Amino acid sequence: MEQQHVAHTDHFDPVASKLGMWLFIFTEILLFGGLFIVYSVYRYKHPVEFHLAAEELDVTIGLINTIILLISSMTVAMSITALQLGNKKLTLILLGTTGLLALVFLVNKYFEWGAKIHHDIYPGSEFLLSLSKGDMLFFGLYFFMTGLHALHIIAGLALLGVAFFKVKNGSVNKDRISLLENGGLYWHLVDLIWIFLFPLFYLIH
Amino acid sequence: MTGNSSTHRLPSYLEYQGKYTGIRSWILSTDHKRIALLYLYSQIFFFLAGLVMGLFMKLELIAPGQQIMGPQAYNALFTVHGLTMIFLFIIPGLAASFGNFMIPIMIGAKDVAFPKLNLFSWYLFIAGAVIILVGIFSGDGPPDTGWTFYAPYSLKTNTNVVLSVFGAFVLGFSSILTGLNFIVTIHRMRAPGMGFFRMPLFIWSLYGTAWIQLLATPVVGITFLMVVADRLLDIGFFDPAKGGDPVLYQHLFWIYSHPAVYIMILPAMGAITEIIVTFSRRTVFGYKAIAMSSLAIAFVGYLVWGHHMFTSGMSETARLIFSFLTFLVAIPSAIKVFNWTATMYKGSISLEPPFWWAMAFIFIFMIGGLTGLILGSVSTDVHVHDTMFVVAHFHYIVFGGAGIAFFAALHYWYPKMFGKMYNKKIANWGLIGLFVGFNTTYLPMFFLGFMGMPRRYYDYLPQFADLNLLSTVGSWVMATSLLLVIVNLLRAKKGTPEEMDNPWGGRTLEWTIESPPSLENFEEIPVIDREPYELKSK
Repeated sequence: MEQQHVAHTDHFDPVASKLGMWLFIFTEILLFGGLFIVYSVYRYKHPVEFHLAAEELDVTIGLINTIILLISSMTVAMSITALQLGNKKLTLILLGTTGLLALVFLVNKYFEWGAKIHHDIYPGSEFLLSLSKGDMLFFGLYFFMTGLHALHIIAGLALLGVAFFKVKNGSVNKDRISLLENGGLYWHLVDLIWIFLFPLFYLIH
Repeated sequence: MTGNSSTHRLPSYLEYQGKYTGIRSWILSTDHKRIALLYLYSQIFFFLAGLVMGLFMKLELIAPGQQIMGPQAYNALFTVHGLTMIFLFIIPGLAASFGNFMIPIMIGAKDVAFPKLNLFSWYLFIAGAVIILVGIFSGDGPPDTGWTFYAPYSLKTNTNVVLSVFGAFVLGFSSILTGLNFIVTIHRMRAPGMGFFRMPLFIWSLYGTAWIQLLATPVVGITFLMVVADRLLDIGFFDPAKGGDPVLYQHLFWIYSHPAVYIMILPAMGAITEIIVTFSRRTVFGYKAIAMSSLAIAFVGYLVWGHHMFTSGMSETARLIFSFLTFLVAIPSAIKVFNWTATMYKGSISLEPPFWWAMAFIFIFMIGGLTGLILGSVSTDVHVHDTMFVVAHFHYIVFGGAGIAFFAALHYWYPKMFGKMYNKKIANWGLIGLFVGFNTTYLPMFFLGFMGMPRRYYDYLPQFADLNLLSTVGSWVMATSLLLVIVNLLRAKKGTPEEMDNPWGGRTLEWTIESPPSLENFEEIPVIDREPYELKSK
């Protein structure tokens, strides 16, 4: 069986794998879509509290993270182009840069969350329970949505890590680029979700 | 599409010796047919487990007062019965087992687009099942919320809700990946010449199903994660004490869980179509109408979730719109039933067991569908909401519809999957017993509901005693018949290739290959030059 199956998985259809990735991205968008609905409903119910709570967030650190993710999206797109042109070394450098930027994002997130938790603002904390319902919901949504997004950053990082090593050992190359392309697509999705999270939590006043 | 000479046959997928032997040749196989059987066996196992729980519930309700269990045990039992039957049996349903087996064969491919992902989906399915099982037997006891996990009770109860909800989330992930795999397979793997409108109608129904799986499941996935977060992190998304809105939970839950009913029933309708066409010995009537009605059901089915919430607190306008859209679903469903009837008209019908099963499906499904209209209109729904009427309607659709279609498909494709034929006489007797038992069990519940007996109680008022006794006796007939059906299938006998390759005179691609199929299904990928149900000219 294996003998024939190797032959079978060798049947390589880049269009199919890209289609599969796009479908998966739909499901991710719907996953966050559910949260955006919840956010909208509660913002509508508690406009003043959401407004005041949002002012507690640090716009600067959010903006820095936005810029970091935008640049990382660019570097991953460039790494795909580099591999299409057959420049393996540049691909690896650009992928490495993307990964590094992702780590910087996570470190920023760590300090941002750390500061909130230091000020006793986290789900279920005594302080938060003493605030209004709108505040509780805002910070609940803030931690849940940015936390879920951070998990997606980690998943994307793992995917790009796999792509990095496969480019390195040559199994992902100019002619079989699907894995890297799909990794890149996923990374753009992670970036895109942040592009929505940033204004929803930090900018709308 | 050459006929098979018995002198030259490749080893079947059941016999094939690959790199692995024994159990590993199954649980590590990426062959879509072996994965289909893994699903089939697991699903039937869970079905039997759910059946036993149902029998205990009926036994408790045999007479007023406490019989064999108290209220807490009964609450846990109907919750776990629902979880098992819905998430572990009928949501994977015909798609995971028969869909996996038949999609590549019916579209002329060697496997699905992503064979490894396919196996991974089965592992997720088993992982979800194990998580739910651990949840049942650990912590502070099995959940008692009902399978819907309605907030805020699901946030307040001391029972082990977190693991069950998380298990359901994992199962949802498995369902999404299966749907994704099927969509890509249908788009990319069809044999040369097989345009979309030359696909068998079972494939069309699975295509619609796959889109629902893909687009509806993530919403309930995130909702379940929010419930987990509410319980573990105390966030309060759905807890009114912290500003959350329990009605919002219901919306998010039903946005998935109503389309989920179509995940269950659409493949069932597809399999019934195949059976009716084959045994009517005619081409199908209204091919495009049936194909499009599958997509229409999938689409409109998205927009009707509010009819579960007529009494939960919605504006009058919203209720009327949801009620209207619910009635719209009846149109594509009726299109299917009328086309089935028209297909049989002037056909040369051969009365084999799968055909009888399909007839039982239509009869029961119509009762289920028509009583659905009573629940779909706001005024009557308010009267029978949360009564046994709902339980009866739901079981007519899901068990009498999707469940019976599951067994119809099993009887139809059994020779193809295993190269064996069961005893047809016993299969018919089993069906008669099941049909009588089913109606005896669930028909009284319609009356009980109208008389005002609420659902989900272990006890009831004395005036409901007679009908409940009848219902319980019916459940024994039903279970015995099911046992007979399953034993009959297990005792099926091997037939010669000539008998097994195409015992029913089917015309779709799966009947042009060997029974059981070889590992790669086709020695040569067929070229399609005819409509799916065209009768042979010679």
